[in-house]
Amino acid sequence: MTEPTLTVRFFARLREELGTESLTLPASEHQTVADLLTHLASRGGAWAQLTGGQPVMVAINQSMAKPSSPVQPGDEVAFFPPVTGG
Amino acid sequence: MISIQTDDFDAGAEYEALRGTGPGTGAIVTFSGLVRDSGDLSGVTGLFLEHYPGMTEQVIQGLIDEAGRRWDVQRARVIHRVGQLALADQIVFVGVCSAHRGDAFAACEFIMDALKTSAPFWKKEITREGEHWVEQKESDVARSRNWE
Repeated sequence: MTEPTLTVRFFARLREELGTESLTLPASEHQTVADLLTHLASRGGAWAQLTGGQPVMVAINQSMAKPSSPVQPGDEVAFFPPVTGG
Repeated sequence: MISIQTDDFDAGAEYEALRGTGPGTGAIVTFSGLVRDSGDLSGVTGLFLEHYPGMTEQVIQGLIDEAGRRWDVQRARVIHRVGQLALADQIVFVGVCSAHRGDAFAACEFIMDALKTSAPFWKKEITREGEHWVEQKESDVARSRNWE
């Protein structure tokens, strides 16, 4: 049986600074968005900014979410800077 | 209707399409946003626009739906460009038609203000010296909050 996973995506300045567009992670280790951020920030370097005070927005399955939002196997979780369109 | 595209658009043709909505239309308000030469930086020569495909359309549809609940909106049209844009290029178009001007003005301004702080687009300014991801403005957040 394959392990359930999450897809994590990054956009704009975060995508560039992390040098990563998307990641696939085991789902079981992360209960909430905050757990996922802590895990990613522990990679160090540019990743530390994910918990370092700069505002990071999050969407789960393309809907805005919060640090306390639960993450489920199969979810697409996206992290990005505050939006600047228009 | 919502279009996210790299191509330019014809604001006149979009206006004419709104004009054809029906005999009940008494007012059309349109907004166009352009690439200007100064933003966070001066000497801007162009922009790069990134978006989150899928989520962008969902968020904008939600704004159009909300506008329809708050005002008399007969039709709303949103076009937003992505990719490389040059100085003076059109970035965004919002057009709303309604029976009366008050609803058309309000709905158009609401969609535009809310789009700026909730639709997942990101602008990068390009100058001769380098590139810079634009920071979200407190004034834009305040304008969007005024509609709550």
